[in-house]
Amino acid sequence: MTSSVIEVDNVSKAFGGVIANKEISLTVPNGKITGLIGPNGSGKTTLFNSIVGYHPIDDGSIKFEGNEISTMRVQEIARLGLIRTFQQTRIFSKMNCIDNLLISIPHRTATFKDMFRSYDPETLDKAEALLEFVGLYQKRFLIAGELSFGQQRLLEFATALMNEPKVLLLDEPTAGINPTLINGLIDRLKRANTDFGITLFVIEHNMRVIMNLAENIYCLAHGELLAHGTPDEIQNDQRVIDAYLGAH
Amino acid sequence: MSRFLKGVDSFETNERKQLPFYIGLVGFGLIAPFLFPNYLFQIAILWIMILFAQTWDTMGGQMGYNSLGNIFFFGAGMYISAIVQVGLVYDVGVYTSAAGAGKASFTPEQYYQGIIYGTLAAAFGSALLAPILGLIMFGLRAAYFAIGTLGIALAAGELFGAWQWVGGGGGIAMPVHPGTADARAEFFYWFSFGAAVITFLALKRLYQTRFGLAINAIRDDEDKAEALGVHTLRHKIVAWSVSAFFLGISGAIFGNMTGFIEPLEVAFPTVTFGIFMVAMPLLGGKGTLWGPVMGAIVFHLVKEVTWTYLLGWQWVALGMIIIITVVFFQQGIMGWMKEKWPEKFGVVIDQTATEARNKGAAE
Repeated sequence: MTSSVIEVDNVSKAFGGVIANKEISLTVPNGKITGLIGPNGSGKTTLFNSIVGYHPIDDGSIKFEGNEISTMRVQEIARLGLIRTFQQTRIFSKMNCIDNLLISIPHRTATFKDMFRSYDPETLDKAEALLEFVGLYQKRFLIAGELSFGQQRLLEFATALMNEPKVLLLDEPTAGINPTLINGLIDRLKRANTDFGITLFVIEHNMRVIMNLAENIYCLAHGELLAHGTPDEIQNDQRVIDAYLGAH
Repeated sequence: MSRFLKGVDSFETNERKQLPFYIGLVGFGLIAPFLFPNYLFQIAILWIMILFAQTWDTMGGQMGYNSLGNIFFFGAGMYISAIVQVGLVYDVGVYTSAAGAGKASFTPEQYYQGIIYGTLAAAFGSALLAPILGLIMFGLRAAYFAIGTLGIALAAGELFGAWQWVGGGGGIAMPVHPGTADARAEFFYWFSFGAAVITFLALKRLYQTRFGLAINAIRDDEDKAEALGVHTLRHKIVAWSVSAFFLGISGAIFGNMTGFIEPLEVAFPTVTFGIFMVAMPLLGGKGTLWGPVMGAIVFHLVKEVTWTYLLGWQWVALGMIIIITVVFFQQGIMGWMKEKWPEKFGVVIDQTATEARNKGAAE
């Protein structure tokens, strides 16, 4: 039985007169990889931002593991184990790679006194192992801001994994990455799902990637939910094809 | 600053490499009273400047919150210690309204007791004021935070100027040190030297904890830190509180050293000390451990030399330092060294791991 870990129910969000999300309902099943696609401006990132608490939603409800989170703040939601990466890669640019990961220890149980503790050797080992996992081990002492764009993406991904999230929301993980590296990244995303047991919810523009990765896909267009199905169903859905070709 | 460098050599984590700095600085501090007995007051101010630079750097350098109002805690500490020192023996209102009458005297025992309690109260009082202000001010970011905090410092000067109980604009004459002029100079010299050393060691220790890393993360990208679940507000408040704690001590020392406190020029001197404490870490290299110390030494040296030999031009010289730093030398002394010799600071590609990997791939 697969229960759903995120339940988005009738969520609407408007910025002034622009309706970015209109009555969207979707569920992210636990332990699976779910995709979210749609043309530019269809409201994908807005939906992500709503889920992680970046802005209040106008209407509807968002549940994480059965608990309402739509009124919670970014940090509180993050501490529940719902971590996101950014479309414009965001890393701590003046710190080295190891430090970038150490920041991201799970803060769920962090007490006031924990602030003044140092890091355990196990935490350091874990950070190094994750850097090895994304292929940045040799560069772990380099300043993160000096890495190439693709490497920064990988670092951000490793940082997210370090947080031991239950669900990872990835906003276009392959955007701007060299095509030859994309296969390696797909492989790592799948391993994050299978080996670490992290549920993934992925926004992606690259159709080859998302069809390869996700088991079920939601498609947005003009802020509304257009279609939902397996990669095959989505690929053959005339409404999806029309949306991408601009028939609307 | 990278603190968790396992298996790589860095100036910032290798205590042995910092040893010459410790010996030089502490050595100078210990022998200065014997070598330069006539300049004790100026050297005491140097230690206070170093303390200023370090505490500002906790906020501006390590955490990226450029506070122009840190001078508030200096003045607050000064007034708290004055109130405690006077209040232990006399009624504060009566004492201040009789200012200049010269009747109030303190026995040596009363004096030393007062200065100990006064300094402690200044430290903890300032550290408690920081969270209160923090809850209001930390809603602001970047330039708005800088201007907002500047407003606090300016407003504090005006408010204390209107508060007659603590002497208003007329100020408070502090209890007079019971010893000779030399004994007094030495007393305040050791007091400020000790405060600067303790501040340095405390901050150094603090930067080695998770806290140090978290405030660096807030500096680099606060939104990202929030998205990872870091308790950002908690860290920001603690950072300001720590900063305020030591600034409170410096205020207590300076108030007693000067002997007379008054709101605008002594307690809340926004355009002198308030700016110096920003300029010094910038000059030395903000966000580093030794940068603020170096910046304070260079700045204070230039200040004292121009005051002595180029009187009339001293403000021009200090202005030039600030302009040159901000326009051409933003990374500061330590930042420049880090750029020039990154490998000395542990910014290296792990060659052994690279070789091992290549070897593994070849086999």
